[in-house]
Amino acid sequence: MNTPDLVTLIFGRLTIEAIPYHEPILIGTFAAVALGGIALLAVLTKYKLWGYLWSEWFTSIDHKKIGIMYMVLGVVMLLRGFSDAIMMRAQQAMAFNGNPGFLPPHHYDQVFTAHGVIMIFFVAMPFVTGLMNFVVPLQIGARDVAFPFLNNFSFWMTVAGGMLVMASLFVGEFARTGWLAYPPLSGLAASPDVGVDYYIWSLQVAGVGTTLSGINLLATIIKMRAPGMTMMKMPVFTWTSLCTNVLIVAAFPVLTAVLALLSLDRYAGTNFFTNDFGGNAMMYVNLIWIWGHPEVYILVLPLFGVFSEVVATFSRKRLFGYASMVYATVVITVLSYLVWLHHFFTMGSGASVNSFFGITTMIISIPTGAKIFNWLFTMYRGRIQFEVPMLWTMGFMVTFVIGGMTGVMLAVPPADFLLHNSLFLIAHFHNVIIGGVIFGVFAGINYWFPKAFGFKLDSYWGKWSFWLWLTGFYFAFMPLYVLGFMGVTRRMNHFEDPSLQIWFIIAAFGALLIAGGIAAFLIQIFVSIKRREALRDVTGDPWHGRTLEWSTSSPPPSYNFAFTPVIHEQDAWWQMKERNAARRTEGYLPIHMPKNTAAGVYIAAFAFVIGFAMIWHMFLIAGVAFLGLLVTAIGHTFNYKRDYYIPADVVARTEAARTEELAAHV
Amino acid sequence: MKMMRGLLIPALVLLLSGCDAVLFSPSGDIARQQRDLIIISVVLMLIIIIPVIAMTFMFAWKYRESNKNHDDYAPDWNHSTVLELLIWSAPLLIIIALGAITWTSTHKLDPYRPLDKIDASRPVAEGTKPLVVEVVALDWKWLFLYPEQGIATVNEMAAPVDRPIEFHITASNVMNAFFVPSMAGMIYAMPGMETKLHAVMNKTGDFEGLSANYSGAGFSDMRFRFHSLSDGDFNTWVAKARADGNTLSREDYLKLEQPSEREPVHYYKTVAPGLYSAILNRCVESNRMCMSDMMAIDQQGGQGVVGAYNVTSLDAGTRSRLGVADDGKRYVGALCTARGATGAPVTPAGRPL
Repeated sequence: MNTPDLVTLIFGRLTIEAIPYHEPILIGTFAAVALGGIALLAVLTKYKLWGYLWSEWFTSIDHKKIGIMYMVLGVVMLLRGFSDAIMMRAQQAMAFNGNPGFLPPHHYDQVFTAHGVIMIFFVAMPFVTGLMNFVVPLQIGARDVAFPFLNNFSFWMTVAGGMLVMASLFVGEFARTGWLAYPPLSGLAASPDVGVDYYIWSLQVAGVGTTLSGINLLATIIKMRAPGMTMMKMPVFTWTSLCTNVLIVAAFPVLTAVLALLSLDRYAGTNFFTNDFGGNAMMYVNLIWIWGHPEVYILVLPLFGVFSEVVATFSRKRLFGYASMVYATVVITVLSYLVWLHHFFTMGSGASVNSFFGITTMIISIPTGAKIFNWLFTMYRGRIQFEVPMLWTMGFMVTFVIGGMTGVMLAVPPADFLLHNSLFLIAHFHNVIIGGVIFGVFAGINYWFPKAFGFKLDSYWGKWSFWLWLTGFYFAFMPLYVLGFMGVTRRMNHFEDPSLQIWFIIAAFGALLIAGGIAAFLIQIFVSIKRREALRDVTGDPWHGRTLEWSTSSPPPSYNFAFTPVIHEQDAWWQMKERNAARRTEGYLPIHMPKNTAAGVYIAAFAFVIGFAMIWHMFLIAGVAFLGLLVTAIGHTFNYKRDYYIPADVVARTEAARTEELAAHV
Repeated sequence: MKMMRGLLIPALVLLLSGCDAVLFSPSGDIARQQRDLIIISVVLMLIIIIPVIAMTFMFAWKYRESNKNHDDYAPDWNHSTVLELLIWSAPLLIIIALGAITWTSTHKLDPYRPLDKIDASRPVAEGTKPLVVEVVALDWKWLFLYPEQGIATVNEMAAPVDRPIEFHITASNVMNAFFVPSMAGMIYAMPGMETKLHAVMNKTGDFEGLSANYSGAGFSDMRFRFHSLSDGDFNTWVAKARADGNTLSREDYLKLEQPSEREPVHYYKTVAPGLYSAILNRCVESNRMCMSDMMAIDQQGGQGVVGAYNVTSLDAGTRSRLGVADDGKRYVGALCTARGATGAPVTPAGRPL
């Protein structure tokens, strides 16, 4: 064996050639990101915000602040994921009649892979986790999650994973394999460069965060509910969060394992999924979908919870069929493990296997259908207010049933043989993910924003955002259903048949409308901050809510509740208001709270370095960073100053201020 | 059901015929049945979907807060056993119907099952032998082997109309999916594995075939023409392939297997014996052990530790002769080399291939 020279020892396979300085699109992007970044840093420095951000946010173990940071991460990554989307739409709209478009396959294939990975792992997941983090402890009357430090650490691991994906834009390249990186294409033989390694390490690092956050919220919901809140008195959002976290804890280790096996194939010369030496790629396909199908329910279940809260609140009515809603959620949770094979009916399984998985898939539509009916009958004989969250919910109900229908079409194996991998499939899953997850996230943001910041979001721009997203969605994806019927498959870089072009142009127009919807959302945030005094909510209960989070102030104090509430019925806060329960204003006790810590930031930073170093085969640096990670983690266990008491008089002063404010606005 | 199909299928087909959608104007019996299933499932589900969408708008309008004509506001109404039974059983009934259709149709349209009908009205005549076509997805082109005719083609295939076709499908390197939308649904082409598809074309014409699973840089151009021909025209096509073509030896295959994009159509008049089986078993190189042999050895208990050392590759001489770069590809060595039908070595003595 040769003695490796110093450069290789330090830099591995990273060379100056890995910087894509010959790609004008990337250089432009890099310049924009760099300028934006420098401007942001300058503003932060000018207003001396570094210390504030560091001590009040980055190192915070407050579940509310961590939830908000997850949402910010989701919005930032949405911008990246959406720019990939609009590049794909533009490419496909122009690449006809011998025109190669502006993205050659080498670049285009990275774009669609990154789009899928970012939208699922770094947009939808942070949004869902952020909502759960912010809302669940408030809804169950808890002061924080079960493991506050772990919560901060989970967030920063997700950020580290997202940063690895972003780094691939400017150093090296991302995978060109599709978002699930099926071998043999993702194996060393077909993809020898760093793209798949970026894929593996970003998902592994972020996966640690997701799994830990799942364990954390699971423990929180099971152990930390306010006295009297039995399982069947939990708010529906908490129920769906519980089921989602059960799914996360059971499914994500499978993803970790299958990616670990793929990395062993790529780094250690094993042959789990290779063509030769006894490997079998089908094992990867099965394993990744055993994670992948529960994953779509991980994404959508919490939003079903959001819709349940929103529909009851804005119909001014108790949720119809609470028990059947809960059972439907649990049935979906269990069934989501019994359907994974429907993602590859076309890989030659026998007829009995295919029909089994086809029928289990269809069975999921029964509880889902029951949920839709429950929301409908909640509206029935209600007094519906069409506030922005309710608009998103209505948009969801109409859009999602169409997506559900096309999903069941794909569950019929012989029909799937025609529609699999086609643009029909693309239209289907965007129909349910945009129509279900994204609409739900926007409903949730508009619904809980006043709780988080103390003022409502501007509804004028909120409505613009809603209508642009809704029409944009239909313009962008209905043509894809048609194209699917025309036998057009996914991931095409260019086309021969000129008659298809008009449909792609319509779809690109839809993407522009969605861009408008995203812009309107950002304007909505900006305008709302400017008009915050006019939009101020002092009651803590701007929508006349039903669940406990509306019983405390907006934004809630760090301890959430001065007194742990006692629960007698479902819709605890609604019942308290019905009974005119008086707010207790004396007899405060010191409150035991966890203390901020920077350990999560440091450990996640080391994890980022390990990931980056492993991608580039800088094994020396990876080893050093791993050592650093271990030392920090062990060092943190010797930190005994992890908690403090909020003195009773501070609590009393905070609560007295709220009493005054409430009295002034009755 | 029959009546509903009779009414709705033409209506939907009409609706979409303007779009020239290939899936709604199939030319083969399998694609036709698969299309019918798409339509039946849509119709069944619309029984629920249309009322739901209508009710959403109706309730939203009728129970809006500003509608003062209603005084039936019932803030605590949250349960109704009758309604609960209805909302669970209505979807359940639809799914029972659709599930039964799924079970029977999945078995009837199992791609591994030989055809018993040519189209809706004509059964397959007794003693009809299907046309066997062996399909290999290469990086990034399609190779079709016709064992009955002894020919092979690249990026073009043909078949006689109304004759059942039996496809044997595999791939050289990465996954693809074999898809002729007007004939039948897609089936994956996977290295070291064989999938099958039984199908038939009921119309003559020139159809499009493609890879329906992303397979790398050259994927978008991985398309081929499918000629559905009368018996006479098919024979002419075979004759043309025989007249124009070269021979496809194992060496030629190893050259062809190298990645290329937009490969022009070409024909081979003869094919090396056992080539498809060698591709499937990943042992076209003569010093390479076939997967079938490997599995047989493993079934006997395997080679033990010795097996770990039985790793080889193409030698530099052969590589340079074939123009194949050293991609570091290693494989399990053969215990004996491939021989032709006569028992003589396929390649001249003294050369590894």
